[in-house]
Amino acid sequence: MVKYKKQIRIALRNCGFINPENVDEYIVREGYAALGNALTNMTPEEVIDVIKNSGLRGRGGGGFPTGLKWELTRKVDADQKYVVCNADEGDPGAFMDRSILEGDPHTVLEAMAINGYCTGASKGLIYIRAEYPLAIKRLKIAIDQAREYGLLGEDIFGTNFSFDVELRYGAGAFVCGEETALIHSMEGLRGEPTVKPPFPSESGYKGMPTNVNNVETYANIPVILLKGADWFSSIGTEKSKGTKVFALAGKVNNVGLIEVPMGTTLREVIFDIGGGIKDGKKFKAVQTGGPSGGCLTENHLDISIDYDNLIASGSMMGSGGMIVMDEDDCMVSMAKFYLDFTVEESCGKCSPCRIGNKRLYEMLDTITQGKGTLEDLSKLRNLANVVKDTSLCGLGQTSPNPVLSTMDNFLDEYMAHVKDGKCPSGQCKALMSYIINADACVGCTLCARVCPVDAISGEKKMAHLIDDDACIKCGACMDKCKFGAIFIQ
Amino acid sequence: MDLVKLTIDNTPVVVEQGTTVLEAARSVGVDIPTLCYMKLDDLEFENKPGGCRVCVVEVEGRRNLAPSCKTACDEGMVVNTHSVRAINARRTVMELILSDHPFECLVCAKSGKCDLQSLAQDLGIREIHYQGEKSHYKGDESPAIIREMDKCIMCRRCETACNDVQTVGTLSAIYRGFESVVAPAFEMDLDHTNCTFCGQCVAVCPTGALIERDYTWQVMDAIVNPKKRVIVQTAPAVRAALGEEFGLEPGTLVTGKMVTALRKIGFDHVFDTDFAADLTIMEEGTELLGRLNKFLEGDKDVKLPMLTSCCPAWVNFFEHHFPEMKDIPSTAKSPQQMFGAIAKTYFANQLKVKREDLVVVSVMPCLAKKYEASREEFSANGDADVNISITTRELAQMIKNANLKFTDLPNDDFDRPMGESSGAGVIFGTTGGVIEAAVRTAYELHTDKELARVDFKELRGFEGIRSATIDFDGLPINIGIAHGLGNARTLLNDIKEGKSEFHAIEIMACPGGCIGGGGQPYHHGDVTVLKRRQKAIYQEDAGKSIRKSHENPYIQKLYTEFLGEPCGEKSHELLHTHYFDKKKKIEI
Ligand SMILES: Cc1cc2nc3c(=O)[nH]c(=O)nc-3n(C[C@H](O)[C@H](O)[C@H](O)COP(=O)(O)O)c2cc1C
Ligand code: SF4
Ligand code: SF4
Ligand code: SF4
Ligand code: FES
Repeated sequence: MVKYKKQIRIALRNCGFINPENVDEYIVREGYAALGNALTNMTPEEVIDVIKNSGLRGRGGGGFPTGLKWELTRKVDADQKYVVCNADEGDPGAFMDRSILEGDPHTVLEAMAINGYCTGASKGLIYIRAEYPLAIKRLKIAIDQAREYGLLGEDIFGTNFSFDVELRYGAGAFVCGEETALIHSMEGLRGEPTVKPPFPSESGYKGMPTNVNNVETYANIPVILLKGADWFSSIGTEKSKGTKVFALAGKVNNVGLIEVPMGTTLREVIFDIGGGIKDGKKFKAVQTGGPSGGCLTENHLDISIDYDNLIASGSMMGSGGMIVMDEDDCMVSMAKFYLDFTVEESCGKCSPCRIGNKRLYEMLDTITQGKGTLEDLSKLRNLANVVKDTSLCGLGQTSPNPVLSTMDNFLDEYMAHVKDGKCPSGQCKALMSYIINADACVGCTLCARVCPVDAISGEKKMAHLIDDDACIKCGACMDKCKFGAIFIQ
Repeated sequence: MDLVKLTIDNTPVVVEQGTTVLEAARSVGVDIPTLCYMKLDDLEFENKPGGCRVCVVEVEGRRNLAPSCKTACDEGMVVNTHSVRAINARRTVMELILSDHPFECLVCAKSGKCDLQSLAQDLGIREIHYQGEKSHYKGDESPAIIREMDKCIMCRRCETACNDVQTVGTLSAIYRGFESVVAPAFEMDLDHTNCTFCGQCVAVCPTGALIERDYTWQVMDAIVNPKKRVIVQTAPAVRAALGEEFGLEPGTLVTGKMVTALRKIGFDHVFDTDFAADLTIMEEGTELLGRLNKFLEGDKDVKLPMLTSCCPAWVNFFEHHFPEMKDIPSTAKSPQQMFGAIAKTYFANQLKVKREDLVVVSVMPCLAKKYEASREEFSANGDADVNISITTRELAQMIKNANLKFTDLPNDDFDRPMGESSGAGVIFGTTGGVIEAAVRTAYELHTDKELARVDFKELRGFEGIRSATIDFDGLPINIGIAHGLGNARTLLNDIKEGKSEFHAIEIMACPGGCIGGGGQPYHHGDVTVLKRRQKAIYQEDAGKSIRKSHENPYIQKLYTEFLGEPCGEKSHELLHTHYFDKKKKIEI
């Protein structure tokens, strides 16, 4: 974890400070005190009120008010209810939730128990991806220790409240992080979303009311109860309270997990905490919200980060991925890279996402090959809008964001690809030309000999020539030329 | 019920809470297009995955477009089904679906009856702006069903039919994203799964992805072969639906025209499966009375209730799913196979032709009959009792190939002896019909009294599970009826748990019975089509001079000349069968 001022640790408060395999160390830092107090001194409604007043919103991406969700689940009458912790964390490069589970597993267990008390559920399920063996190991130890201490199980803290937690393993499909898909996956069905409503709070796991929250959301709960709603809501912006953990990555000097109060600007994150762009290059864009977030530019650097501002600028909070790009990055390739991910991860249930994302990818590919047309650009935009407007779940509803936001903010790059056949950042191989500077070339023939496709011709001791159509842009010639006679255009 | 008020395309609408926007729109004449959606009232079929997204509409105040088939009406909702945004989205989605479809319409078995094709026409799609890679899957050809999954649009209707309605569970969505498709696990061939070949997946598939295996050319080959005598039998449900293929209203009886058409096509003898249905009643009715008598005599081992066995998909179902109960169903063969067995012995002798030179063709509403005809136990020395089984749809195709103007054809009668049937044989075509036919005969055989009324209205209907008690002159007989294999499963589970009070149960695999079979003209989601076919069946029964199987003079003659007595030795050899435990087959 990068340590810098401007950070506040709430969700990550214990990570790195306690031995996660020892419940006593958690207890020493006021662990399970919030649960004890809730069970013995507060009614479920009072606890829910505190969470509501704190202004906490879901950290899994949607930003739904957490207290309200608890209340909705509480209000449904049912014999059995469930508390689910969403630890699927499928965004490439994201590891916020894993870090919390590895560094502070008890805080999640404690929060789930509090949730059980509030909603009337006696069973908790943690859906965790099987690729997180250390987190799973620590959760298992934590569950055992909590049971041993009577913090999970029957009659917790001597009250008649009983609650226990079990683990469920995900196979790593990104869409299984979507809550309805997650529930189907836990039920042994195909991991694909269903149309909401009904929301899990009405009809979730096995058709019973189910409260699904994200790991980081839970990690905020015990502190809020200990320090009060006022304290929490004093941090952040008007509609987004508290802090958010981000996985800062890309072309910044300091990469890693950070936790900053809502309202921090992108500039502060990238330049103060992130230490600016690597190798003194120029900042170009920042992708927030994971693979289906949007690319924001220079012009957005001073907006303060919160749920609503990010959406208003064409991106989103997502689960907290933040990837910084510099002047060398091609925005069309960037969009293509993210679409490649969504094409792989679409569940295939609805046609706009199943086929639309594939077509978006193919069109972006055509453009990066230099074969796109102006008409393609308008088709691309229409399709991106339709996929967003018609897809069944959050995956398809957001997957075109990288396309739309790069088209909005970097249209000139798209134009350069289709009109001039150029990639301004020199990233799109198909659009590069390797050229021999005839003045510098001594005719040593080395380049012609290394070219795997015989694209270089020329007499000995005479200037050589590269046939651009035959060239596969492997760069072998340029690497070999001892006279620096080969350059890229 | 609470009511909600909303406006759809500026029209105020009041509907019950819980009504979808689609239903509300249709109630005021706004016809929102759909593709994946299919609902069959009274048949427990509801496919609403919300996956195709063709039915999207604009709802004021909502961020994205709403799938009207899956969106409940809310108080004050303002819906616009034809805004530029909605139309553009709908057309773009449709273009996407088409962009991943093989353009084989001109030679596709579904052409002209394909929901995808007609939707493309309705939307006026003239160009597909988004082209790219298409998905490809392994082909699969079983004796009954052909799966060409390149044509699958992932509407999931087949999955709903197979899993929710039939509870067979052969089909499910596999793979992900662009590669996803509905298929048996591991993309196995249907032949190697627990598929019952009920064909209900075929009946609801909007495209040419699932179709019957076409045997019309084998039939033509036989007809033109001078060495072969080719005879045909037509199942009861065929006559109540065939007309639909020629633009006639559902429920139009075309028995006479069908007979004329079959003669013109060139069959040497045109017979009726109804004759064999009467024969089935003689055997099955006698078997039932035998079991009942043993039961009344205090025999604890007798298997009751007795289950009917005339539906081959149902037979496949219990062989795969309830093999431990395989001694409960009647051992009587299905009418198709009884017909084949008698044709290849009794009738071949009469004609003085070798059984190999007699080709028995059946026209069935059913795909499982194709499979049934290929079962090894229904053949002698490699020669099948029924050589070729075609569907109602295939017969329509043959009629078209023969350039016959079907609607103008005169009426004609079936040939004798195997074309004569009672009304009891006709009603085999609908749910409730087999057991009603059995009751008509069993009652008279048991009581030696003539029935005061032959219509047992209490056994008729459309509900998935029905029951009635019939008074056999002081002996109350409890009868159960199930159509659709999911309903059959419910009754079977009751029997397994010893909770069943029934003496006899009729089971048909297809919703509605044979009238709703997998080989019938497509109903395109309109249940009234099935109901009208059912009405036609009862109408044909009512018009028959003979209403009870045991009064069919040609059946009586068959017993005196050839079979001896029902359930006698010869009958056992020719008309009864045995069942297999096929559970192990599903394991791979
Ligand atoms: C495609 C997709 C993937 C998602 N993945 C995750 C995830 O990995 N973890 C998570 O907590 N929420 C994920 N979500 C959001 C969940 O559906 C759900 O909103 C969240 O778990 C609710 O918890 P919260 O209110 O605490 O945020 C995903 C949503 C979508 C549409
Ligand atoms: S949007 Fe994509 S991931 Fe979501 S249901 Fe549709 S196909 Fe599946
Ligand atoms: S024929 Fe019947 S059992 Fe077989 S896959 Fe289709 S619906 Fe399922
Ligand atoms: S096979 Fe037919 S019914 Fe089944 S999902 Fe595909 S298109 Fe739909
Ligand atoms: S008809 Fe509504 S989503 Fe397919």
